[in-house]
Amino acid sequence: MGEVRLMKGNEALAEAAIRAGCDAYFGYPITPQSEVLEYLSREAPQRTGMVVLQAESEIASINMIYGAAGAGKRAMTTSSSPGISLMQEGLSYIAAAELPCLLANINRGGPGLGTIQPAQSDYFQSVKGGGHGDYKLIVLAPSSVQEMADFVRLGFDLADKYRNPVMILSDGAIGQMMEKVELFEQQPKGGTFPKPWATTGKTKDRQRNIITSLHIDPKEMENINLRLQEKYHAIEENEVRYEVMKIDDAEFILTAYGLAARICQKVVELAREKNYKVGLIRPITLFPFPKKLFAEIVPRIKGILDVELNAGQMVEDVKLSVEGKVRVEFYGRMGGIIPTPEEILEHFEKIFIKGE
Amino acid sequence: MAKVKGDIIVDIEKCKGCELCVVACPQGAIALSDNINKKGYHYMIKIKDNCTGCENCALVCPDAVITVYRKSGKKKEKIATISNVQNNMTMEVN
Amino acid sequence: MDEKDLKLNETEFLNEDICVAEYLVYKKPETLIDIDLHYCPGCGHGVVHRLLMEVIEEMNIVDKVIGVAPVGCSVFAYNYMDIDMQEAAHGRATAVATGIKRVLPDKLVFTYQGDGDLAAIGTAETIHACNRGENFLIVFINNAVYGMTSGQMAPTTLPGMVTTTTPFGRDTSITGFPLKISELVAQLPGVCYVTRTSVHTAGNVRRTKKAIQKAFEYQMQNKGTCLIEVLSNCPSNWKMTPLESNKFIEEEMIPFYPLGDIKVPKEEK
Repeated sequence: MGEVRLMKGNEALAEAAIRAGCDAYFGYPITPQSEVLEYLSREAPQRTGMVVLQAESEIASINMIYGAAGAGKRAMTTSSSPGISLMQEGLSYIAAAELPCLLANINRGGPGLGTIQPAQSDYFQSVKGGGHGDYKLIVLAPSSVQEMADFVRLGFDLADKYRNPVMILSDGAIGQMMEKVELFEQQPKGGTFPKPWATTGKTKDRQRNIITSLHIDPKEMENINLRLQEKYHAIEENEVRYEVMKIDDAEFILTAYGLAARICQKVVELAREKNYKVGLIRPITLFPFPKKLFAEIVPRIKGILDVELNAGQMVEDVKLSVEGKVRVEFYGRMGGIIPTPEEILEHFEKIFIKGE
Repeated sequence: MAKVKGDIIVDIEKCKGCELCVVACPQGAIALSDNINKKGYHYMIKIKDNCTGCENCALVCPDAVITVYRKSGKKKEKIATISNVQNNMTMEVN
Repeated sequence: MDEKDLKLNETEFLNEDICVAEYLVYKKPETLIDIDLHYCPGCGHGVVHRLLMEVIEEMNIVDKVIGVAPVGCSVFAYNYMDIDMQEAAHGRATAVATGIKRVLPDKLVFTYQGDGDLAAIGTAETIHACNRGENFLIVFINNAVYGMTSGQMAPTTLPGMVTTTTPFGRDTSITGFPLKISELVAQLPGVCYVTRTSVHTAGNVRRTKKAIQKAFEYQMQNKGTCLIEVLSNCPSNWKMTPLESNKFIEEEMIPFYPLGDIKVPKEEK
């Protein structure tokens, strides 16, 4: 068993970055994720020689990530919603140049400057691209402090494997809450994936390496798009992750990710006490979305209630997955309000039991 | 002091006829040709055999089309590897 | 033979006894890839590209250098430079260079940026990289205009200068004043070397090359940020011939942006 500690989600994420062999962190303070930059500034340089730099903006951070990732290093940044918005241009370039890197969005309520309270309102931005052009991030949604740590290592590995940016989409509650976390062992710095494409100085034994996303020739640009789409397809085939709870005999499915899924676990318990056959599907990867699971379960169920801390975003992917073959309803709270299990159960009963 | 004698070789197909070399030449040894290259530019040519190999034309050339030679009393230290020089020579021979 | 005849017999002058390897004094560097440059006739970009490659070749640092290209006319700089390079988003070259240099501190990093890239959209990144004393070279091409987007006003456009977005001349009461970014960053303690050169005459080309050489040497000595501002022409967007554009540099640009060292390392003062 690895070392066990009581930690904040943000701290667990930072500690995991050190242990995952991250070479460089570039970040900018923003609530509710500033602990990451603080923790790393305090711990990382002396422990692993990791570069930790407070940038002048999120725009600078993400472009520093571009440079460091292009140089073949494990690079990472974290921010919260408004800061992540500022990074979208850089993310588009990173996805297009196929640079592996990790970022975490400790989602807070929006739009605009919004609130510093937790929300899940950046689902679309994370899953559908966010910046310009046809690209995808691999999106991991932790629902515990343990996963805040584990997904850092998983995220770096997926990033390296697919040469693709990976986002941990968390929220202010999981970032701030303290839980027991079992930490994995220190991994080799920089990971073990070979990166022959990195710009490290052209040696005599190879051609020059160029990191770019510019392709003026339409044919070439289309081919690159086709290759990217092929990669995203491979990711959809191979990397879908989810957790299910009591779905085998379920007539109704609750679905939620991250913080909302934690609440829904309790809802399932409360519902079962009332003899409602309710199960839970928690997508862990939001891209790739567990489409097949939803499609498979459709013939066995009467309805799906999608619960999110937003105005209804993932619910669109659920609807696309079931292709109209089953009733899909949504319940969400916004602005940093976290619904109680009772409140969700009441809504469930209203729709699916009382048929209102 | 031995007389300094120079010469240039021009990659005329890369020349864009900007004329910057013409005014940079202290000897007035170069001009634009009446002919045009494949790109449609009047390319630079020597019009006098009084080149001293001062390199000015090559220095101001934005397209790096000029290779310079200089024979003086003293041998100048070679500044670059020279194996590929022959390949870079593109002279139009009509 | 009169001059007309000479032009018709272009190969006559090839002195076969002189054009031999033994007497070679200048050829373009191997590191400058042997393809046509996309720049307009007479554009200074080609000269600066060549100088960078000459210095890198002569200093034998090809395996150490990583360049960062900007967005602007020189967006394709990496097509011509036979070294490892990264293409940055518009204005972000110094942030990208920071990322590279921080993880590969033993390598030599340079950015190549135009005035719009470095002094408008990328001002924050430029100033903060300089303020951190990032140990790399910024090559700043100032041609007082947005070249690639075809001639709009740049932060460095001279007062009264006509561009497509200042069709009646730059009115400083509306658009503000030209930003002297070199003088600005020279104030910052992290910056080690700031100089302004040009490439409109052979002498100035030589001085620019020397400055690039020095900057790489300072970088090897971990002295901090070096910025070389190169005044360059833009014949197409200035609507001038290359010769007229160089005259404009001499008569209009240099009086406003004086050439010479703006900051040198302390021990060299």
